[in-house]
Amino acid sequence: MTIALGSAPRARRRYQLRPALVEAGSVMLGIALLIWSLLPIYNLFLIALDPEEGEIEFTGNLWPPEPSLDSFWDVVTQEARYLENFWHQFGNSLFIGLLTMVLTVLIGSLASFAVSRMRLGKSSLLTNAAVLTYTIPAAFLIVPYYRIMHVYGLLDTLWAVIAAQVTFATPFAILIMLLYASLIPFELDDAARVDGASAVQLYLRVYLPLMTPALAVVAIYALLLAWNEYLYQAVLLSTRNMTVAVTHGQLFVDTDAPWNAMMAAAIIYVLPPIALLFALRRYVIAALPAGEVKG
Amino acid sequence: MGGMQQVLAAGPRVPASGSRGPVWRRHLHGSELAWAIAFVAPYAAVFCAFVLYPVGYALWMAARPSLYAELIADPIYLRTVVNTLLFVCLAVNLKMFLALLLSGFFLRRRWWIKALLVVYILPWALAAVQSFISFHWMLINEQGLIDGLLSALLGIDGPIWFNYRSLALGSNVIAYIWKWMPFWTLIFLAARLTISRDIYDAAEVDGATGIRRFAHVTFPLLARLYLICTLLSTLWTLGDFTTVYLVSGGAPVSSTEVLATLGFRYAFDLANPELGIAAVISALPLLIPITIVLMRKLQTSELQL
Repeated sequence: MTIALGSAPRARRRYQLRPALVEAGSVMLGIALLIWSLLPIYNLFLIALDPEEGEIEFTGNLWPPEPSLDSFWDVVTQEARYLENFWHQFGNSLFIGLLTMVLTVLIGSLASFAVSRMRLGKSSLLTNAAVLTYTIPAAFLIVPYYRIMHVYGLLDTLWAVIAAQVTFATPFAILIMLLYASLIPFELDDAARVDGASAVQLYLRVYLPLMTPALAVVAIYALLLAWNEYLYQAVLLSTRNMTVAVTHGQLFVDTDAPWNAMMAAAIIYVLPPIALLFALRRYVIAALPAGEVKG
Repeated sequence: MGGMQQVLAAGPRVPASGSRGPVWRRHLHGSELAWAIAFVAPYAAVFCAFVLYPVGYALWMAARPSLYAELIADPIYLRTVVNTLLFVCLAVNLKMFLALLLSGFFLRRRWWIKALLVVYILPWALAAVQSFISFHWMLINEQGLIDGLLSALLGIDGPIWFNYRSLALGSNVIAYIWKWMPFWTLIFLAARLTISRDIYDAAEVDGATGIRRFAHVTFPLLARLYLICTLLSTLWTLGDFTTVYLVSGGAPVSSTEVLATLGFRYAFDLANPELGIAAVISALPLLIPITIVLMRKLQTSELQL
């Protein structure tokens, strides 16, 4: 004990000698992180702000010579080549993203409720099923998916992509929800039971409201999964039902495409997830333990 | 370490895993049971229709032994296996370790660090396809932004990145880390916030600060989560298609392909779906042990740190 007390002031003194150094180091790290995070995004803008379509955007410019928003206008009015159906494709992407989000939250919360709160079976059974889903990664299953979607008659419909996305989003959603549900005290359920709440009421009135932060995290995760996805959309959908991601992915080696408009479209495309992240930030911050439900 | 976890378990933030419900809830009856089953039914249906069926289908398609002889005979396949291992080992470990360190950085209470966190998670919120295309164009040749910066700042002519296997592979790894590191940093940040201040105060009294605090206090507390996340990320990275397909596109001449993209090329470009499936199924000896360890790790205790 005396040793511990003796070493404490020494440790503190050493601390005081270094704050300036630590501060300088963290500022430098901060600048490095800023450049690291923003460089590819800057590149998107660099190309998008170039008024001329064609080869000119790839001439090693560090700054667009004559920045203009023309390419954004071309995208919005669907006048750019390859982007004639931009808003239709955008709608398809949005439909896939939103339905993946809603279904993942719904299916995941129902399953995690039944297992964690109603104690149907062992929760390890559910986590095992979840992990088992990831044993063979999604990209490895594209060929059988193509075949089974044909069997189900879903090929070339947006539902085929939604089904695939929900399948691969739900396991992670369940893991997160089981983790978070274990933080909610059972006394709350018991109190509701005493008041005569049924299982459905318990789910709607107690479980869902208390799980809001976890639901928000899962919702963002599911939307981003669908938004980031390329392979399933490219294989399971035909030109009729294209999405924005597929248009971009299929043209990525085409130097002839109007890249300023393509990049402008890319910037417009990344807005919805950021908007969702912004809209749900209150709940996400609450999901961090500082704001958690206290037992 | 065991002692530490006990300390953590005793802290107010961590759920008491002993708080089971009353006895009556352990056995479900009648309508309760029916409801519980109805609640799990959608997930069970999804699992059967979209996991068991396609996986079974894949295994059935890849069952012919001659497919594997065909794979081994293809020099591109063998190089792809090496690439996949390199890609997964580098990308997962660098990403996880940096994410763990950076989560400590973002714990600092400064207004500008909080603002920086918002910028830092942008890559995760950005759509993968567009981000990776941006990487592709950034590195495409001497006209890309990176080589432009190199010549403007350092006065050197940058390499033609996708003409060299190592540079192309490195670009894939960097792009992957760029995209996914913020997500794992957030996970570790959330976990670090659960560590009670008392533990750190006690550690400081004992003289554990800086690197020693990280090595002897923080890391042991996060070790289990770190392992689970690393394994999960390994599974996901093994199956990553978009990064390699869009950043290097396998260039130069199919020398940076990974199993996911090679399987895709076999199945759709060469119109040989069985071979494509066999190529990816050949990763099972790696996938199954990871899954088993992951299941074990998730079973012990109630999913807590």
